[in-house]
Amino acid sequence: MGFFQELLHKSRMKSPWLIHFDCGSCNGCDIEVLACLTPVYDVERFGVLNIGNPKHADILVVSGTVNPRNAKVLKNIYDQMPEPKAVIAIGACGTSGGVFREAYNVLGGVDKVIPVDVYVPGCPSKPEAIIDGVVLALEKLKVRKPEKDTEPLVADLKKAREFYENREERQVTG
Amino acid sequence: MATIVPFGPQHPVLPEPLHLRLVLEDEIVKEALPTLGYVHRGLETLASIRDMDQMVQIVERVCGICSCIHAHTYCMCIEGLMGIEVPKRADYLRVIWSELHRMHSHLLWLGLLADAFGMESMFMHAWRIRERVMDVLEATAGNRVIISVNKIGGVRRDMSPDQLRWVLQVADELEKELDLIKPVLTNDYSVKKRTVGVGVLTYQQAYELGAAGPQLRGSGVAQDIRMTGYGAYKYIDFAPVVEKDGDSWARTMVRFRELYQSIDIVRQLVSSIPDGELAAKVKGKPMGEIACRSEQPRGELMYYVKATGDKYLDRVRIRTPTFANVPPLLVMLPGCEMADVPIIALSIDPCISCTER
Ligand code: SF4
Repeated sequence: MGFFQELLHKSRMKSPWLIHFDCGSCNGCDIEVLACLTPVYDVERFGVLNIGNPKHADILVVSGTVNPRNAKVLKNIYDQMPEPKAVIAIGACGTSGGVFREAYNVLGGVDKVIPVDVYVPGCPSKPEAIIDGVVLALEKLKVRKPEKDTEPLVADLKKAREFYENREERQVTG
Repeated sequence: MATIVPFGPQHPVLPEPLHLRLVLEDEIVKEALPTLGYVHRGLETLASIRDMDQMVQIVERVCGICSCIHAHTYCMCIEGLMGIEVPKRADYLRVIWSELHRMHSHLLWLGLLADAFGMESMFMHAWRIRERVMDVLEATAGNRVIISVNKIGGVRRDMSPDQLRWVLQVADELEKELDLIKPVLTNDYSVKKRTVGVGVLTYQQAYELGAAGPQLRGSGVAQDIRMTGYGAYKYIDFAPVVEKDGDSWARTMVRFRELYQSIDIVRQLVSSIPDGELAAKVKGKPMGEIACRSEQPRGELMYYVKATGDKYLDRVRIRTPTFANVPPLLVMLPGCEMADVPIIALSIDPCISCTER
C-alpha cells in the first residue's frame, strides 16, 4: 500500500461516513438511526457523518426487511459504494425479518441480498447499540485494505431482478 | 421538452423510501407520478397466523412513530366486538401515551422540515427537545419508540404518582422550549419565503380528495377524529387546530400549534386521572365486524376487523392517513419549482411504512 493509501485508510478510520437506507422498516429503527446524530447522542463528535450519496460512504446502515422490490435498490446502493466498505443491519428486521418474517412480501434479513458485517439486535435498536455497531464495523474496515478484491455477493437475485424488470407492466399509474 | 427526474427512493431529506417521478419542464414540475411498494410487508395477512393478542404487537409495528395509537385503535376494535368495558384509568393512560407519541412525532417532523430548509441548528434543537419525550416514554413504558403498553382490555403498565408528576414537569419544560424556538420559525425570512404560498391545497380540494389530519385542517376544514371522543378524549375539552391558507406554512403552523394542544391535553389528563384497575378480563373470542377510527399525528386512522369466533381473526384492514394524503400531494406538486419538492413532500409529513404496511 502506497503512502497516500495508508494516509487515506488512517483518516477513514478516524471519520467514517455513513449512508442510511431504509428497506421495509417500520420507521422505529430509522428514527433511532437519526437520533444518533442529534445532540443527546451526537455521533458527529466522533467524526461520523451521515451523507446521502453512496459514492462518498464507507459504511452502509440498513434497517428493515428486504422485499423483492427494494432488494434491487439496496444492491444498487451497495454496488455504488467504493471499497473498502462495511454493512450494518439494524434491528430484528434487518437481522432476520423480525416480526414480519412470515409475511408474504418479505424475503428476510438484509443478508439475503448483500453481505452483512455487523448485526445490531433490538426492536428498535437503541441509539447506543447502533453507535456500538458502527464501532464494530470500523474494526472490520480496519483489516479490509483497499486493494482487497470485492467479495462475491451471496445473493440469489434472479427472482428479484425479474420482478423489477417487469415493473413497467405492473404499474398502474404512469 | 419534458424531463423525468426521480425523487427517491433513497433521498437525503427523507429517511423513508418515498419515490416520485417528477416530470419537469425547465425547473417547473408538470406532473408527479408516485411509485409505492418499497416497504410493503403485507402484515395484514399475518392475522391468519398470529392470534388476536399477538396481533397487537404486529400492528404496533405498522409504523414506529405512532405505534401506540395503532395498538390503541386495534384494541378498541376487538374490545368493541367483545363488548369489553375498558377501565377508566386505562383509557387515561392510553391517551397520555398517545399524546406523548403525537408530541414526539411532530417534533421529529419539525426537525426534518428544518433540515430540508438547511436550518441544521433547528433540526438539532427540535430533536433535542424530542429526547425529553423519549425519556418519559422510556421511563414509563420501558422502550423508547415501540412501547407495547396496550393490550386487549386495557394497559400493561401503570404510571406511578411520581412519574405522573414528572410528566407534568416535562410538559412545562417542553412548553418553555417551544416558546424559545417559535420566533425562529415564525420570524425567519427564509422559512416564510420557502413555505408561504407554496404547495397550496384549497378547502375544496382538500375536502374532495379526502386529505386527512393537519393537511386537512391546514386547508380550513375543522375535522379532528379526537373530537368524536374515543378513549379518554371525551373527558377533556379541546378544539381542533385550524389554519385557513392551505399552504406549507399553514400545515407547519397547524402541527406547531398541535404541540401546544398536546401539552394541554396531557396536563388535563394527568391532573384528573382516576384510580382503578388497569385492565378488564378478556374471555372468549370476538365475533362480527367492526370499524374504528382514531386520530394519528398524521391524520385519520381506520381499522376494520372481521372475526368469526375463531382463534384467528378473519381480516384486519388498516387505512392510514398518509395513504389519504398522497392524492392531495400530487395536486400540490404541479406548478412548483424542483427545489420546493422536498419541502412540499415533507409538509404532508409522509409516513411511507404506514402507507404501504
Ligand atoms: S426491528 Fe422493530 S423497530 Fe426496527 S424496523 Fe423492525 S419492527 Fe420496526
